[in-house]
Amino acid sequence: MKVTLQVWRQKNRTTTGDFVSYDVENVSGDMSFFEMLDMLNNSLISEGEDPISFDHDCREGICGTCGVSINGRAHGPLKGVTTCQLHMRSFSDGDVLVVEPWRASAFPVIRDLVVDRTSFDKIMEAGGYVSIKTGGTPDANAIPIPKFDAEEAMDSASCIGCGACVASCKNSSAMLFVGAKVSQFALLPQGKVERKERALNMVATMDDEGFGNCSNTGACEVECPKEISIINIARLNREFFKASFN
Amino acid sequence: MAWFFKFINSSIGKKFIMALTGLLLSLFLIIHLGNNLLLLVDEDIFNSLVGGLGGLKPLVRVIEVLLAILFMIHIINGIRLTIQNKKSSPQGNKVNSGTETASISSQTMAISGITILAFLIFHLRTIWVKFQEMHASQDHEFFNVVAESNIGFGNIWITIFYIIALILLSMHLKHGFQSAFQTFGLSDSRYKTIINCIAVFFWFVIPGLFITIAIYFGFFFNN
Amino acid sequence: MALDSKIPEGPLSEKWTKHKFNMKLVNPANKRKYKIIVVGTGLAGASASATLAELGYEVEAFSYHESPRRAHSIAAQGGINAAKNYPNDGDSIYRLFYDTIKGGDYRAREANVYRLAEVSNNIIDQCVAQGIPFAREYGGLLDNRSFGGAQVSRTFYARGQTGQQLLLGAYSALIRQMNLGKVKFHNRTDMLDMIIHEGKARGIVTRNLETGEIKAHTADAVILATGGYGNVFFLSTNAMASNVTASWRAHKHGAYFANPCFTQIHPTCIPVASDHQSKLTLMSESLRNDGRVWVPKKKGDDRNPKDIPENERDYYLERLYPSFGNLVPRDVASRRAKEMCDLGHGVGPTKLAVYLDFEDVIERNGKPWVVEKYGNLFDMYKQITGENPYKSPMMIYPAVHYTMGGLWVDYNLMSSLPGLHVLGEANFSDHGANRLGASALMQGLADGYFVIPYTIGDYLATESLKPLSPKDNVCTEAVKNVQNRTKKLLNINGSRTVDDIHKELGKIMWEYVGMAREKSGLETALEKIPKLRKEFWKDVKVPGSANEYNPELEKAARLADFLELGELMARDALEREESCGGHFRVEHQTDENEAKRNDEDFTHVASWEFEAEGKSKLHQDKLTFENVKLTTRSYK
Repeated sequence: MKVTLQVWRQKNRTTTGDFVSYDVENVSGDMSFFEMLDMLNNSLISEGEDPISFDHDCREGICGTCGVSINGRAHGPLKGVTTCQLHMRSFSDGDVLVVEPWRASAFPVIRDLVVDRTSFDKIMEAGGYVSIKTGGTPDANAIPIPKFDAEEAMDSASCIGCGACVASCKNSSAMLFVGAKVSQFALLPQGKVERKERALNMVATMDDEGFGNCSNTGACEVECPKEISIINIARLNREFFKASFN
Repeated sequence: MAWFFKFINSSIGKKFIMALTGLLLSLFLIIHLGNNLLLLVDEDIFNSLVGGLGGLKPLVRVIEVLLAILFMIHIINGIRLTIQNKKSSPQGNKVNSGTETASISSQTMAISGITILAFLIFHLRTIWVKFQEMHASQDHEFFNVVAESNIGFGNIWITIFYIIALILLSMHLKHGFQSAFQTFGLSDSRYKTIINCIAVFFWFVIPGLFITIAIYFGFFFNN
Repeated sequence: MALDSKIPEGPLSEKWTKHKFNMKLVNPANKRKYKIIVVGTGLAGASASATLAELGYEVEAFSYHESPRRAHSIAAQGGINAAKNYPNDGDSIYRLFYDTIKGGDYRAREANVYRLAEVSNNIIDQCVAQGIPFAREYGGLLDNRSFGGAQVSRTFYARGQTGQQLLLGAYSALIRQMNLGKVKFHNRTDMLDMIIHEGKARGIVTRNLETGEIKAHTADAVILATGGYGNVFFLSTNAMASNVTASWRAHKHGAYFANPCFTQIHPTCIPVASDHQSKLTLMSESLRNDGRVWVPKKKGDDRNPKDIPENERDYYLERLYPSFGNLVPRDVASRRAKEMCDLGHGVGPTKLAVYLDFEDVIERNGKPWVVEKYGNLFDMYKQITGENPYKSPMMIYPAVHYTMGGLWVDYNLMSSLPGLHVLGEANFSDHGANRLGASALMQGLADGYFVIPYTIGDYLATESLKPLSPKDNVCTEAVKNVQNRTKKLLNINGSRTVDDIHKELGKIMWEYVGMAREKSGLETALEKIPKLRKEFWKDVKVPGSANEYNPELEKAARLADFLELGELMARDALEREESCGGHFRVEHQTDENEAKRNDEDFTHVASWEFEAEGKSKLHQDKLTFENVKLTTRSYK
């Protein structure tokens, strides 16, 4: 089949970008979206043009490196998958696909579809850990944790940090990302010791990094490739409220 | 106090204020609706009730001032949030994902809010001002104002404006309630069902009854 | 140089304890005066960086990823082994040690493997304390499951995302140190060369992937934790950027490369769909518990599998291995699938796949049973292939997914290049010729959390190192070399894209240095690879410039090193005249087509010294087994 791509091209952080249109022919439904881009890139290189830069690595939906918006949808039209798991059979012959980088001032574009998400690392630095050192830890079975709590913590912990929540939010809010991390630790006894500082510091850093405010539209939950629930945001609100008032 | 200002200036704190003022403002709707429903019951009872409020002037004024303050906070905070959000997201996607990812009501809070504000100003400048004058002149025929053609439902355009504004109010409240309970961190609590019922009462039942009154007086009422 | 593995004296179970006592310590106040460079921040690199920083060393960590959380350790699904014996089923440190040595077909070092088993329990304690949500039982205690190559349940897991959770744990420890200013992290920074000063590894040359800036960084010791080199095959289960460059650059400066031909090929992957395929995806091996593997008896049979009657199907694993059937070990299952396809029985559009059929089990136990047991895997299969495995059989094919070989290290995890330490998949040390499931995560974290923090102290306390600054000649020289190499790549301006040449290399490797290796094939590879390398340096086309974000340039530099490594792998495979673990030489098999080891001549680590491009010298690091008896693996 044939698809037409309108791809955001931007040379580097400082230049302004624009959309460039490409017709891609001989696309097979078994190709992943990125394999289609690989094919396009190889022909661009052969023609002496600059290939399209995009972030990707594991191509199996777990590393969180990839992510573009396709026709306004973070990671494309499917539910619960990353862009790298999206196959061209999800589209039809003649489709026009507008391909854009994650849009957020906290995620500046590095080139084309590649954005800088180090703001996420900064938030994590502010408290996304349990402050223990290597060694000297008690036996792993010393603290029993209810199965239900462990499972719920795992639901939150499965966040891959791809940034689709920010990209899908009209305010570019990072609440789902932060909520998932704060939740994971709030649900486990190991994380309870530092829960107060964690909530306060991570939210403060989130605000400083220039993410927007949550409007509770729920778009992040719809686009999250790991289907992380906005219950995590409610939990973050609660944690932050408690931390602020005592 | 530093912690308090830190809280209200944080992103979550601002949302918290939005939710709290919104909920308090919604409470007023119950009183207002209770009052208005009398329009459908009996002309005299309505007139005497509104007339009676004239005697409780100091209390009414206090409530009015409180409501005005709540409105101001709600509006100013809303503007602040909107400006910041625009700054965080200066360039949206070329293609809008529309309602595939979020409901219309959640995406139109600013628009519905502004329309409601415009409606409110109109409503105060017509009905409220008129009622003040009537209180002053001891004229207690309040009921007639509702149906008259200058500022009341006798004018079809006014009726349509009321209905549109009330539909937008319903949308505003629909997302507002869901959002507020999410902000309070109660959306996953065991009281979820009760909370949902309360929300439906506010966004569906209350505006629905207001609209019913408007339709009745706009299209079916004959003096 | 003669290799000294520095294995401590004494009984196996006391070696590590004694060694820890005998090692020299660095005074706490002096630790901050030592700077350590860590390249790669996956499980091994992140855990090492964090732990060394906690001890007080000044750490600079480097990754070509945007964040440490993107490392490919994240993709490990199954779990992590530890000898906790929580299920009370007879596990012990010795048993974990024994299973790992045996699983590696007796080509790993006893002392290293025993230490790995010893610290495995500390890893679980550490990870739980970090808040990793491992699976639990209703009583609140940790759950275990069983895995291949063991008869006890010792695998701890977090759904199918154990690697992700462990990596995020190590990442959390690392960012905590970053926040405290104890670790300086350089993201999107690619290591392109080593800096050697007075015979010791003293630094690295990096390229900033965004700006293209090439820079020297110096330190007192260098740690490489840069993963495996499976991408030499182009198609593998590795992430797209996984590469051998850091290891290979170190190799060219004197670090020996050990057992490069030891590659693990996983039998149940989703097959290649077309020439455009960029990556292979693993499906859990557990599918073979209930699925039946078959191919059509008739060659080139294009019929819908449903239309092929029972008597025209060849359930070849059940036919060849009546007792083990579909549950033969990974290497055997992989090799047989390849053989069937080579004979023309392959299925699917590319004819490089075999069926894995669930029809029988669906009929026997009902669809809901299958959904409960394998639902997520079936969904994943459907997502990737677009076909419904409940209705028609799955198609599978083997794929490269781990490399047991790597840079040679001694007991202290130091390479033959003094000062250079190598951790995780990048070293060769613990898995012999075949790695058992759930052991890779264990090794990465053992090296990073519990081995290197001790052993590097001994190195630093013993050596007297002269100060070295990035402005010194040896550094500026190294930077210039990298700049020239980059320029050279950009100036070729030939006609073939990097991917195009990489795919060709991959095909050569897969064909001749893949699952079943033969003298003639390996010789063919040794002819073809240098030719392709020559073509690369003459005809590759790298677009763009050196001073911008240029992924094609990154890929080209990595491919250049793969083109040298591939040749060494073929040479090593040719040299090793035996079959063991993942290394199968067609000439060396039993009458039942099992791997036939040659313990007399090959109980050693083949360690290659770089002499010149295409020329390497073999050093044999003898393996001595004082505690286990070498036996033949048997599946009968």
